[in-house]
Amino acid sequence: MTTFLIIDTIIFCVALILLVAQKYLLNFKDCSIRLNNEKDIQVEGGNNLLNYLNKNKIFIPSACGGKGTCGYCKIKVIRGAGNILPTEEPFIDRAERKLGMRLACQIKVRGKVEISIPDHLLGAEEYEAEVVELSDKTHDVKLLNLKLTSDKTFEFEPGQYVQVKIPGTDEFRAYSVATPPYMKGHIELIVRLVPGGLCSTYIHKALEVGDKITFTGPFGDFFLREADSDIVGIAGGCGMAPIRSIANHLAGLGMPRRFYYFFGARTTKDLFFMEEFTELEKKYPNFKFIPALSEPSPEDKWNGEVGLITEVAERYLDQLDKIEAYLCGPPPMIDAAQILLANKGVKKANIYFDKY
Amino acid sequence: MPLHPIIIFIAAVFTHNIALTYLLGICPLVSMSRHLGAAFGMGLAVTIVMLITSIANWLLYYYVLMPTGSEIMSYLVFIIIIASIVQLLEMVIIKYFPRLENSFGIFLPLITVNCAIMAISLFMVLRTYSLFQTILFALGSGIGWLLAIAVIAAIREKLKLIGDIPGGLKGAGITMIIAGIIALIFMGFSGVVSIQ
Repeated sequence: MTTFLIIDTIIFCVALILLVAQKYLLNFKDCSIRLNNEKDIQVEGGNNLLNYLNKNKIFIPSACGGKGTCGYCKIKVIRGAGNILPTEEPFIDRAERKLGMRLACQIKVRGKVEISIPDHLLGAEEYEAEVVELSDKTHDVKLLNLKLTSDKTFEFEPGQYVQVKIPGTDEFRAYSVATPPYMKGHIELIVRLVPGGLCSTYIHKALEVGDKITFTGPFGDFFLREADSDIVGIAGGCGMAPIRSIANHLAGLGMPRRFYYFFGARTTKDLFFMEEFTELEKKYPNFKFIPALSEPSPEDKWNGEVGLITEVAERYLDQLDKIEAYLCGPPPMIDAAQILLANKGVKKANIYFDKY
Repeated sequence: MPLHPIIIFIAAVFTHNIALTYLLGICPLVSMSRHLGAAFGMGLAVTIVMLITSIANWLLYYYVLMPTGSEIMSYLVFIIIIASIVQLLEMVIIKYFPRLENSFGIFLPLITVNCAIMAISLFMVLRTYSLFQTILFALGSGIGWLLAIAVIAAIREKLKLIGDIPGGLKGAGITMIIAGIIALIFMGFSGVVSIQ
């Protein structure tokens, strides 16, 4: 009995001491964040920069919830954050260090901090949505149809992504929007089940129609640019999402530009949205859909293109002139595609990509 | 005859080094020994925390837990005390020594769960050290750990200049080998003093 009393007393005293210490030691005066040299945000100080920005409705991409493990919340800090910390070093290379890039989640605000955030990130907001449809597209890919329940409309460029908040955690995961912007109030996301993945497991196993979901966005500089050149889209797996958004957006405008869409998969069971794109192809002579399998098995009865998607694309590229390329897929695919396009004389500035 | 505190101190630094003999606190020893500067900061933080927590735990053990027959809860109490002292220390450093905070502030939370710190508190009970013995034991162990991580970090910095480490041994692998060789060298001190 006395033992428990003693332990309780010790814990109580320790907690009391810590609380008192926190009150007297951790009160910072005059803490503020100066944003892009024009806006001052007053904060109480002590917490990290990412937290304060989120609280003030400035949403910076971040996946790990401020643990310093994803390295997405990079922003430019002009002054007031001290030296770079060992926890940031793995994510910030030498060139970025010179620019003053830091991880927002690792910087504690204890005074005046001056930062600079690119304009395209300032447009991101938080939205509420309801799941209206959840369908299997392949054995490991689900299509998530969301209806926005917030009053504000969600404006984005075709190709951009949103960050879905995982309920019960502070973590977010990025998913490209798979529908064109003109479908106001509705967005679709393509989610592949990643073994052990926090958000994809949640969406695949736990989420049901009628559930509420919170996301922030739009993010990303991977979106369709206004031009009149021909478009090459190369995607693999879930890279389908942003290219589908771009293709449908252009279809909505009557397909004013020539568009070749190469989609790579391993076998027929990894293919999805085939009918939709074949329809588009029939409707618009400007649009060509070229799916390819890298490892077709005899039972696939595949009579389309075979090979890595970059090898397949190489056979078609000469039919186009003045190319603007949009690449989305796994990093090796994007690297190979960039080499291919460079060999075909496509300028680096005209190649946009999104690695995941 | 009780051991002279100076002997305990020397033993803790050299012959019974907490990292190299007891293999405690190996996790930060491997992960924090990439740069000498960071390693030194970590070692310093460990030393300070070891000293303060062992004194607090000694007082608590002999003046509160022992008289009430609550020794059975000492593990729990030690952990709570270590965690809260680290927090308190962090706040004091943030408030009064901002420059120090920049150099080893981020290491403090890591130390909360460092087994070497807990080991000092448990050893002092096990070996029935007096308060004065405990102070020198903790100081010696901290300095010993600092010495080990600093030596390993210095070697790793030199190794980086030479390069050419086989792929499979890079990082933690080569560090374990370095630590093993340093431990062998420290065995050479074994005749100097003995505390067991």
